[in-house]
Amino acid sequence: MTDGVDNNKRRFLTIAATTAVASVGAVGAAVPFIASWNPSARAKAAGAPVEADFSKLQPGQMMRVEWRGKPVWIVRRTEQNLKDLASLTDSLRDPESTLHTKGQPSYAANETRAIKAEYAILVGICTHLGCSPTYRPELAPADLGEKWRGGFFCPCHGSRFDLAGRVYKNVPAPTNLEVPKHMYLSETRVMIGVDEGAA
Amino acid sequence: MEMLMNALKGLLGWVDARFPATKLWEEHLSKYYAPKNFNFWYFFGSLALLVLVIQVVTGIFLTMHYKPDATLAFASVEYIMRDVNWGWLIRYMHSTGASAFFIVVYLHMFRGLMYGSFKKPRELIWLFGMFIFLALMAEAFMGYLLPWGQMSYWGAQVIVNLFGAIPFVGEELSIWIRGDYVISDATLNRFFAFHVAAVPLVIIGLVVAHIIALHEVGSNNPDGVEIKKNKGADGIPLDGIPFHPYYTVKDIVGVVVFLMFFAAIMFFGPEMGGYFLEHANFVPADPLKTPEHIAPVWYFTPFYTMLRAVPDPFLGVVAMGAGVVVLAFLPWLDQNPIKSVRYRSALHKLNLALFVAVFVFLGYLGVKSPEPVLSELGLRFSEVYFVFFYVLWFHSKSRDAKFSFMSLIVWVGLFSLNDVARYVEGAGELMMIGWLIPAVYLAVMFLAPLYTNLNAEKAVPERVTG
Repeated sequence: MTDGVDNNKRRFLTIAATTAVASVGAVGAAVPFIASWNPSARAKAAGAPVEADFSKLQPGQMMRVEWRGKPVWIVRRTEQNLKDLASLTDSLRDPESTLHTKGQPSYAANETRAIKAEYAILVGICTHLGCSPTYRPELAPADLGEKWRGGFFCPCHGSRFDLAGRVYKNVPAPTNLEVPKHMYLSETRVMIGVDEGAA
Repeated sequence: MEMLMNALKGLLGWVDARFPATKLWEEHLSKYYAPKNFNFWYFFGSLALLVLVIQVVTGIFLTMHYKPDATLAFASVEYIMRDVNWGWLIRYMHSTGASAFFIVVYLHMFRGLMYGSFKKPRELIWLFGMFIFLALMAEAFMGYLLPWGQMSYWGAQVIVNLFGAIPFVGEELSIWIRGDYVISDATLNRFFAFHVAAVPLVIIGLVVAHIIALHEVGSNNPDGVEIKKNKGADGIPLDGIPFHPYYTVKDIVGVVVFLMFFAAIMFFGPEMGGYFLEHANFVPADPLKTPEHIAPVWYFTPFYTMLRAVPDPFLGVVAMGAGVVVLAFLPWLDQNPIKSVRYRSALHKLNLALFVAVFVFLGYLGVKSPEPVLSELGLRFSEVYFVFFYVLWFHSKSRDAKFSFMSLIVWVGLFSLNDVARYVEGAGELMMIGWLIPAVYLAVMFLAPLYTNLNAEKAVPERVTG
């Protein structure tokens, strides 16, 4: 120490000040690079509702529609299917769709998870890791076991859903399949992505 | 002739005065003394380097014809296969190279495990190696998206959604990674950038660090003897021989044999029955339909089984990540002073053999559909995989009866608690049979030292043998 100057302290302050300013600069410079990864304006804009005509759908059949790059299923359930739905309550994790309601329309919170019981309209993406489950309408097939009453089986990790997209207990998927917002335009046409409220 | 040699020598002198060419050559090759007793397992380090070069060179040529665009990518790969001159060969070299890379790296890691090459003073070499392994997995995963086939698409969908399982930030994070709400053109483009530029640079940098660290402390060997402890009057280890020419020549033999296998696969079975190139990937990506049977490429399947073994999505991701990360802690888990398996106990040899068998079996389960029996086995063998690391630590020194029984009770108790938590009617029988797998494994590993001679270790020699 000379002339009453504490060189150690002075050096420490110089280093601290330089580091602090440089860090702010580095973080600031990183922002545009990190933010550039977020969905672009174009990706955000591509999310318009789609219209589907299901007049040719027979009982027991399923059709796929693409909405926001995701598959949306329209399944026409049979009388037997609807009866079976009621019998499955005990083996399902969330039979009344009360546990996970965030972003889910109110008409999805019932046993059939539908506006019209005959038609199931579901986002065909497994709530586990995003595979698209396979439609397995048959009763008690060999690979799915005797208790199978028709539904969706995810080939990726073995998650099971019934014909209302309700998840079974003890499978990897945590929640029921999503029901997209939708509204019927006529007896055989539906608009996916909006519902009465918004339209 | 002499004049030419003199001119070259002069040139080298000129360079050496400006760049340490001769110094580097000597430090890393002609005067790098490696133990004289390297065996078969020591081929895989240099082979990994060879495969890295193959991947970089073939990769550069593939980018000259490939189009990183969701509408063009699949067709551009077919264009490479059908219309580009020798394109099929370059692509098959690259795809076979990817699997070869993992085969070589897994064997290289197993070598380290067998001979204790991760132990003091080589912890950093092991850690650099683990980072290379992580970077390699990222590289392979992102490269697999590029052909834009069904497996590319749905594999990426599942893996990116793994991040979505992280509490609170997961959803945002996975959107940020994808750059869209689903796997799309934006995702393909950024994965391409990472695959061809960012990750290879990181890998090459890490490989350099790995080798610098190795040459700083010197190579281990199958006896686990430190050759630097026995130096001659000239300061050279008595059991060391210069890497060049001795090991360069030896490694050339390894390279030739390796390339024979490599060429055989590349020419006669580049798809390897759907394991190296999955059949579903010959169908263009379809966001509306997941293939009936989806499995990752073989080198990820052991970790994939661990993911599937845990029903909770987030904990599943944690299990899978832990399956990789736990390897990084080996230097601090296995504290047994004996490095080489040669002088470790019969029980340790058995433990290592079981670990390899379990790893391979987990890999097998990962390509299978998750049927009840196979899922149960997946869980049980994942349990064995993880508890193996505790057993390694347990075998670091001799333990008394009380500690051994406590270990057994605590671990088996933990597994049993998990079984109680996941019990559903009708699953009991399968669960009980499965329970035996970790229970018997642990009973043998913890109790054999108490009642048998299996834990007897051998004296480590002063100098390397043979």
